[in-house]
Amino acid sequence: MKSAVLLLPGLNRDRDMIAALTRISGEPPVTVWQTETEIPDVDLIVIPGGFSYGDYLRCGAIAARMPVMEAVRKKAQAGTRILGVCNGFQILVEAGLLPGALMRNASLKFVCREVLLEVVNADTVFTGRYGKGDIIRCPVAHHDGNYFAAPDDLKRLEDRDQVVFRYAKGTNPNGSINDIAGVVNEAGNVLGMMPHPENLIEAAHGGTDGEALFAAALEIAA
Amino acid sequence: MIKARVTVTLKNGVLDPQGKAIEGALGSLGFEGVDQVRQGKVFDLELESADPKNAEKQIADMCEKLLANTVIEDYAVELL
Repeated sequence: MKSAVLLLPGLNRDRDMIAALTRISGEPPVTVWQTETEIPDVDLIVIPGGFSYGDYLRCGAIAARMPVMEAVRKKAQAGTRILGVCNGFQILVEAGLLPGALMRNASLKFVCREVLLEVVNADTVFTGRYGKGDIIRCPVAHHDGNYFAAPDDLKRLEDRDQVVFRYAKGTNPNGSINDIAGVVNEAGNVLGMMPHPENLIEAAHGGTDGEALFAAALEIAA
Repeated sequence: MIKARVTVTLKNGVLDPQGKAIEGALGSLGFEGVDQVRQGKVFDLELESADPKNAEKQIADMCEKLLANTVIEDYAVELL
């Protein structure tokens, strides 16, 4: 399956993401600049991490209003798989493609370390290669990963199994409500997550727990 | 020309770790009796419009679309 990576000024995890997708799918993703209004026909669109527009106004706020995001919205509505990691997650919530908001970490500190994630919903196109309840390792690196949703929205998310990843007990790095680390939209084709699975996909990274996410999303033969 | 000030504040019930840290710092400077600090943002706008009604409408639209994240923030518009 083919993939695309969005490029916006200030993102800095795009190269890691391109390397991960290339390694896992055997084919480099196409790259799409922020001013593009059309995205080529691909199966997975990834918005990588970083600090788009210097995190001005709010993280992801300016990026979410760039022309390319209208194209992402259309692709999302058509069922294309969309993955936002870290700043990519912030951009997806700012664009209204995922519910909630990502606020300053409760500690007020930038966190850069490995956490443990519980796979809460293994029944998505992104997590089908994990088992429900699996605990996987994943690095985080962010200042604004404190997920918030209003009580009604939070209940809806939980009731509809839209919480895909939670920080495993005792590893919540940012004060995120209900330990939420990643959520999917109602249709199940848009996933946003703060941790970086692209940074744990080969032995040299010290582990490969992130590989299964991309392998599932790209339907790579096991 | 119309000048306006937009104030964006966190909704009630949304935790504000930065406000909490400022509250703590005020306490350590010896300012007593500060029950709560909430941090927000202020935007000063200058619009070409000469019609205040129209300007208010336009600014509310800007708030909804960009200046505030209405999931977590409220906004107030004041024409100056």
